[in-house]
Amino acid sequence: MSRLLEAVALSKHFVLGKKGVFARQAPVLRAVDHVSLTIETGETLGLVGESGCGKSTLGRLLIRLLPATEGNILFDGVDITALSAKAMQPVRRAMQIVFQDPYGALNPRMTVEDIVAEPLLIHGARNDGETRAKVGAMLDRVGLSARIGNRFPHEFSGGQRQRIGIARALILRPKFIVCDEAVSALDVSVQAQIVNLLGDLQQEFGLTYLFIAHDLAVVKHISTRVAVMYLGKIVEVAEKSALYAAPRHPYTRALIAAVPATHPRERQAARARRAGVSGDIPSALHPPTGCRFHTRCPLAIARCKTEEPVLSGLLGGHQTACHLVPP
Amino acid sequence: MAAEPDLAAEGLLGPREHPARIALRRLLHHRLFMLGAVLFGIILVLGILAPVIAPVDPDRLVMRDRFLPPSFAHWFGTDNFGRSLWSRVVWGAQLSMFIGGAVVAINAIAGTLIGAVAGYFRPLDNILMRINDAMMAFPPVLLAIGVTAVLGPSVNDVIIALGIVYTPRTARIVRASVIVLREMEYVQAAVAAGAGHWRILRRHILPNAMAPLIVQLSFLFAYAVLTEATLSFLGLGAVPPTPTWGNIMAEGRQYMTDAPWIIAIPGVALMITVLGLNLLGDGLRDVLDPRLRIQQ
Repeated sequence: MSRLLEAVALSKHFVLGKKGVFARQAPVLRAVDHVSLTIETGETLGLVGESGCGKSTLGRLLIRLLPATEGNILFDGVDITALSAKAMQPVRRAMQIVFQDPYGALNPRMTVEDIVAEPLLIHGARNDGETRAKVGAMLDRVGLSARIGNRFPHEFSGGQRQRIGIARALILRPKFIVCDEAVSALDVSVQAQIVNLLGDLQQEFGLTYLFIAHDLAVVKHISTRVAVMYLGKIVEVAEKSALYAAPRHPYTRALIAAVPATHPRERQAARARRAGVSGDIPSALHPPTGCRFHTRCPLAIARCKTEEPVLSGLLGGHQTACHLVPP
Repeated sequence: MAAEPDLAAEGLLGPREHPARIALRRLLHHRLFMLGAVLFGIILVLGILAPVIAPVDPDRLVMRDRFLPPSFAHWFGTDNFGRSLWSRVVWGAQLSMFIGGAVVAINAIAGTLIGAVAGYFRPLDNILMRINDAMMAFPPVLLAIGVTAVLGPSVNDVIIALGIVYTPRTARIVRASVIVLREMEYVQAAVAAGAGHWRILRRHILPNAMAPLIVQLSFLFAYAVLTEATLSFLGLGAVPPTPTWGNIMAEGRQYMTDAPWIIAIPGVALMITVLGLNLLGDGLRDVLDPRLRIQQ
């Protein structure tokens, strides 16, 4: 497998508050802090973590929807971190995004056909029969119909809107798609349909996904590898089977333990495992010193409060950022 | 293979209704909107048809017909110079409609431009909005007096003055919409697809910012008419004998006890216009602005 995307020490800092003449030093939120990760062609990297841990910000950094504060992004071997808008244009064709909110992701004043056709028009297609035929074929492919092209988004259900969003992302035949909580807002039955559709499309078009979610069950189903994020840092990355069977980082273990048991016989064990992590995620404005998880970690030792662990292990293998896990 | 949604069962394959038609139908069923539309419509039609329905020159002096009360010969009576009040009020309606319309047009263009630039290109926001705030700190009438004092007392100068006075308010409303809309995920999707600033503004942001703007412009029409009448009444608008409602009222004020119709009739005309536009604006807001519709 070849490497499609690589992030090297990528950071995104948001400067909060007024930047006026009279403002004192503005607080800085480190939403993503020195994150390095790789995504191989054809795989699905699941990215999980609590709300506010920076996983959506990371997804948007990777496709340059947000400018990075530090670090580099390599896509197909090319450093795209600082490409101009013009130079980005061919790269944009190859990377797309599917959003969480099926209501906010579609312009309410445009017809479905116009919405799906827009990326083609931006990249030089003419608004003619050929373009419309492509749009119709794509609508058919995502389980809708070419005949709904003249409708407006408000006429559709959440799952149908998500299909429209997927059609828009796919119309340029990209290589890489960021699914930013793409199924989190949907009913469970609809979630399964959309996850299956994404799986089918991956096979058919040879897509690579970054699948962002807070639901480990969904991620387990679709991912090849899984990365776990906590307060702007990646704490563990591994093959799906390794991560779910033998999680190493205490946070990953807590997350997996928090998945509700589906069988009564497992409930007792699940309850026992859940003990340990409590409380809320600390503010990213004032992250804890040392290991960011030490305030909630049941296994924390003195070293965790002072020294920040680095993500160690083979790049592309099972990597963990914890003092208690031998490299 | 994933289960396919049943589109036919949800009526999504049949004929559809355009959203604009749905909005229009809702407006036609909104009683207060229709009342406002009728009231405003009366004044608008009077103004447009002025040359036909009021052929008597509004400035013609007939000294033997001074202070005649309303009658069949003189529908609205006559003023202190024996001028036909019917003619003066109807021609005044035309002036008010023209001034209101022109101020709305200036605001729609300048306010949208400034608001869109300030809301979309954030580095410019601070500069533009501080200028805006400074303008809005002046009371509208005072600022309008200041501007007409510099420009002059013609109808065109009054239009420019009112345009300058109200554009900051319109710009602020457009800016607020644009700031919300530029963070919408469909705008992010357009950025991800490689859309330029112009396309994003034109296709994604401005069409969705129109609803609050239209509501604002309907109220603005009323403010413009009212402020223009105030300026004329104070003797700072279009110079007499221009038949603006404010001028007629200012002249009639001296004879209020003996010939109350001179001041009352343009006053009622002004009231009908402002009331009509306010009801119209309320109706538009109910139908067009989804944030306020929820409260109903």
